[in-house]
Amino acid sequence: MQQAAVSTSYSAGVLSVRLTGEIDHHSAASVRETIDRDLYTYAPRTIKLMLGGVEFMDSSGIGLILGRYTRLKEREAVLLIEDPTPQVERILVMAGIDRLIRIVRTNGAPDRKKGVRKS
Amino acid sequence: MINPDHQFELEFDARSENEAFARQCVSGFLLRFDPTVSELADLRTAVSEAVTNSVVHAYRNSGKGKIYISVRTYQRKVVIRVKDFGCGMEDPELCRQPLYTTDPTGERGGMGFAIMESFTDRVKVKTAPGKGTTVTLIKNLS
Repeated sequence: MQQAAVSTSYSAGVLSVRLTGEIDHHSAASVRETIDRDLYTYAPRTIKLMLGGVEFMDSSGIGLILGRYTRLKEREAVLLIEDPTPQVERILVMAGIDRLIRIVRTNGAPDRKKGVRKS
Repeated sequence: MINPDHQFELEFDARSENEAFARQCVSGFLLRFDPTVSELADLRTAVSEAVTNSVVHAYRNSGKGKIYISVRTYQRKVVIRVKDFGCGMEDPELCRQPLYTTDPTGERGGMGFAIMESFTDRVKVKTAPGKGTTVTLIKNLS
């Protein structure tokens, strides 16, 4: 059972947040705390959510992303989503997140077929 | 009711750390039917939504109470029941509306039922105030 892991780095106004593992209601709580703490510490102009290593996400991930989006908007800062796996992207599109938040792809994206585990 | 070809049942505490456990059990059981990666991801997600609703809403994040899951298959048809004994819903039709949420913090999107409906073929809800809720998720595998 893989828990979500979050690591962050800050440079030149950009807070990069790398998420891996499974984002559900349980794991979203600690991810939210980490991001909000760094949001307060660094007051970034941009947050980049790197989702390439996220193997599972449900509507709790939508809540997590929308909550951060709202906080950043209040501060006139920008949220970007990077490299969602197909399962994650499907949920993002279903919830209309792709119309609010720019989804970007990098060349170093992991093999998309590995994005969804079978067990 | 005809007998299922295969079935399993599971009962666990309504604690948030069991959300991952529940979907892992269901997907582990379903692997024998050789579902596509996408079908399995859909069912894992739908189960996660139903269980999260029970933890968050039915038992109001108290960590107390039980959640019961049964999975039955009839040829390629998968029927998953997620049952709790929590507060139940006054108006299930309202709760099923996309973006409807009782959460005041803005941290929950109100997308749980919309995802269950989109990722399965049929969702049935049986509930009454104080009587708990049973969500039935039905999906035909290819």
